[in-house]
Amino acid sequence: MFDFNSYHKAKSVDEAIALLSQNPEAIPLAGGTDVLVRLHGHNKNYRHLVDIHDVAELKKVTMESDGTIVIGSGMTFTGLAHSPVVCENIPVLNEGGSSIGGPQVRNVATVGGNICNGAPSGDSASPLLVLNATVELKGPDGIRRLPLYDFYQGPGQVDRKAGEIMTCLRVAADDYRGWSAHYYKYAMRGAMDIATIGCGAACKVVDGKIAGLRLGFVVAGPTPLRCWRTEEKTIGMQADEELIDIVKNSVLGDLRPRDSWRAAKDFREQIIKTLAERVLREAIKRNIRNTEME
Amino acid sequence: MVVGTSVQRVDGVAKVTGKARYTDDFTMPGMRVAKYLRSTIAHGRVSSIDTSQAKALPGVDGVFTFEDVPKRIYATAGHPYSLDPHHMDITDRYLLTDHVRYMGDEIAIVVAVSDLIATKALSLIDVEYEPYQPLVEAKDALAKDAVEIHKGTGNVVKAHSFVAGGDLDAVRKECDQLLEGQYKTQIVQHCHLENHTAYAYMDDLERIVIVSSTQIPHIARRIVAEALEIDTGLIRVIKPTIGGGFGNKQDVILEPMVAFLTKKLDGIPVRLKLDREEGMVGTRVRHPFDVKVQIGLDQEGTVKLIHFDALSNTGAYASHGHSIVSAGAAKTHYMYPRAVYSCTAKTIYSNIPAAGAMRAYGSPQMTFAIECAMEEAARTLGMDSAEFRLRNGARAGDKSQITKKPIMTCGLLDSIKKGKDLIGWDKKRALWPKEQTGEVRNGLGVAIFSYGSGTYPVCVEPASARLILNQDGSAHLQVGATEIGQGSDTAFAQMAAESLGFSFSKIHVVSCQDTDVTPFDTGSYASRQTYVTGQAVMRTAEQLKAKILHHASIISGLEATLITISGDNIVISESPEIVVMSVQDVAIDAYYNKERGGQITAEATYKARNNPHVFGCTFVDLSVDIPLCRVKINEIYNIHDSGIIINPLMAEGQVHGGMAMGIGAALFEELMVDPDSGKIYNNNLLDYKVPTIMDIPDLGAAFVEPNEPTHPYGSKSLGEPPIISPAPAIRNAILDATGVAINELPMSPKTIFKYFKNAGLI
Repeated sequence: MFDFNSYHKAKSVDEAIALLSQNPEAIPLAGGTDVLVRLHGHNKNYRHLVDIHDVAELKKVTMESDGTIVIGSGMTFTGLAHSPVVCENIPVLNEGGSSIGGPQVRNVATVGGNICNGAPSGDSASPLLVLNATVELKGPDGIRRLPLYDFYQGPGQVDRKAGEIMTCLRVAADDYRGWSAHYYKYAMRGAMDIATIGCGAACKVVDGKIAGLRLGFVVAGPTPLRCWRTEEKTIGMQADEELIDIVKNSVLGDLRPRDSWRAAKDFREQIIKTLAERVLREAIKRNIRNTEME
Repeated sequence: MVVGTSVQRVDGVAKVTGKARYTDDFTMPGMRVAKYLRSTIAHGRVSSIDTSQAKALPGVDGVFTFEDVPKRIYATAGHPYSLDPHHMDITDRYLLTDHVRYMGDEIAIVVAVSDLIATKALSLIDVEYEPYQPLVEAKDALAKDAVEIHKGTGNVVKAHSFVAGGDLDAVRKECDQLLEGQYKTQIVQHCHLENHTAYAYMDDLERIVIVSSTQIPHIARRIVAEALEIDTGLIRVIKPTIGGGFGNKQDVILEPMVAFLTKKLDGIPVRLKLDREEGMVGTRVRHPFDVKVQIGLDQEGTVKLIHFDALSNTGAYASHGHSIVSAGAAKTHYMYPRAVYSCTAKTIYSNIPAAGAMRAYGSPQMTFAIECAMEEAARTLGMDSAEFRLRNGARAGDKSQITKKPIMTCGLLDSIKKGKDLIGWDKKRALWPKEQTGEVRNGLGVAIFSYGSGTYPVCVEPASARLILNQDGSAHLQVGATEIGQGSDTAFAQMAAESLGFSFSKIHVVSCQDTDVTPFDTGSYASRQTYVTGQAVMRTAEQLKAKILHHASIISGLEATLITISGDNIVISESPEIVVMSVQDVAIDAYYNKERGGQITAEATYKARNNPHVFGCTFVDLSVDIPLCRVKINEIYNIHDSGIIINPLMAEGQVHGGMAMGIGAALFEELMVDPDSGKIYNNNLLDYKVPTIMDIPDLGAAFVEPNEPTHPYGSKSLGEPPIISPAPAIRNAILDATGVAINELPMSPKTIFKYFKNAGLI
């Protein structure tokens, strides 16, 4: 039995915004895989709910004429796994998404929830970071967009203002066309787990040289992080073992893994270095293979 | 033949279709909900408690604290009563306490009309504590100035010491080599699917009815009677279908409290149901062990002595703590029975959740230590690990050094040979490079085990059964033994059908135990039921058969000695194709003939006075990814000597379940304690890493089947043993792959990282 005080079900984004604006304490409820756990624990901050679970406009993936992929925040991870647009263009999102929970969780958990809960461990965050995704929010004052990287503000904190709903995540054509990517979740077991370290890599290799490289980690800092300094260093370098060595030895400088009872810092660092190497190697392999096929 | 065939489980359809009814599926009008107030510190005293606001909350029927409960100390361990005063269970609990001994200790309880109101009421109780320093580890609890967790104990539950088979010092001098090692096992939790739950009500002014998810209804009745000072006959315990226990329900945890509450509240039904987070700290866990082992060897590679020095941490309350180490030591002694076997052990109290019975009861911990040490011995001698165990392992005819009785059946060596073949031991040894380099390396490992078929001669081993012939020629079988998922009801039905000459479908097992009507049996633990209760079932079936034949003889005029039962018919013994009449004809006549007969029933009770040991081994082939500190099992086999297998498919399932649990304890699971506060970090199934289907490889199970002469169907135990040997086999394979000996559990990536870093591998 849950201890909540108010519950409203929104049928549209605008109605959700109105309901959230009327009740500043209210929490949006989408898939419920986080919110219901809080309710189960009688969390006092979750006593007012606005249910956006059935808002149809949030539950679609489309491609705009310029190739931008628009991912509705209400898409479930099972939905993403069955989306031809995602599978054909940004399969790395499903590498992250399909590592979340188990099938039952993925059938209801949404990508918007996975980002908006601000978890440092969100498995869709790393793929979306290496895809340079943009967040779109709609609120009483209209629509605004910002890079996903900037949306994260701290552990459990995102830049979602009062009354706002995250409507979609946008990936521009230039951020996936010609790129290849890979995500690997390192966890203590093969399903139903939070990442100990999650590593995503995207790269674009032109004539054997790195034209673009992005690395995104989860659980390696207070928020999901990109490895800006390492990425910058690699531009123009040969895509070879030396590059991989440099990346492996440089990523820790971009990250802030911590000691906790879940895992020690030195252990996380070992996994970060190993994953940086292996995930990047796989992304490069895929990019070279994809380029050859074209 | 019914015994030895893979008939379908008697409860299979009911369980997979959701028709089986568990404790929480029953409800009664007006049923109330009870919830514990648990301490927020690990060690100290409640200096004040104010329940007035909680009591005033509408919907609250009662709030009880340590001040309201009987001043009666009792024991919770689900052992049979012992007539030997030295073998009594340790009484160290009250229903509620003001002396807090672990974080989560029960200091008050609320009864309310709903779960939510009960939860709100708990938040309205004000508690102040006088905190003491939490004593989490042995060194804290045994420190000179340590506060006594239980008065007069010095924080020691029990110290044991025994030497079997010779003079330790003399044998030590004869040894060419003495090897020493130290091994640590972690706290694990049973994680049965169905949490602890019970409810109670009164159906007159004195009698209390308790419905509970328990492995031991008859023992629970006695313990409730002891805890509340009520006559045993006034307590009735009902056990419906149960969703697993693994020993955690061989402890009497909720039953005395629900009985107390309903009695306090004029008999209204009260349910007390723990959620997962509560259950993982508030029930029982497996004892963590710290074991030093010394192995003495001669030049030929014969093990001459095994000496342990074991420290076991039972946590806040004794529960089974006084018997776990000695049981583990006694049962593992059968692995290498020709060696002198010596054990000194100490079990201590500390401010962590209470440890109790868990599948294989001390043996997994001891076996991890012995089989790690044996691996070092084999490697030191340069002997093949399997060959070393073939040389030293138990054989039929060996005598137990403890009981001085001979081992009548022993398939250990055949198990090892079979395991070697299944895994391709010799072939892989020949093909694989001696020195491996590279990030991913392969290893082979083996470990053996032994275990008992019950608790005799330490405890009494009683079992009883009743058979009632129905009008349709079928029979109802009642046993006091409990089906807890292991398949015992099916095995009993097979045995009854076999002895009666009935087809399997003609036996209806009454799966629910009700102490008002069910014949006495102490319940499901110690892997005892197929062996012990099976003998009561056989005796009952023989009696019923004789009575059926007697009545058939009256009807037919044929001498009873000339006829028998086969295929649900009365047939001529010498010419079974000649059918005299059906069993149904006999039943109808017995029930309804005005001049003769009556209901045909039989009942037998039996005490087992043997305890044949089972043996077996695990073989594993695995890869270790060194930079990722991760183990991948490629192939794993458990080979068991459990005597004649009653139901091969169910036996295989039992082995698979035990292996998966063993792999969980080997590589994944650990209940983690903050050493400063005594807080459990991970009392939930997200942070406590029970392996998922993704983490468990294909499991191989095989059997060798010597015919055990002390059992009517040749059977020995199988319930617990499959969990014992996977962990040391996996550890030995990691050693084989990497040269690194990991001497603590779990061998999770975090542990492996520490060892690989120390070894300079990463």
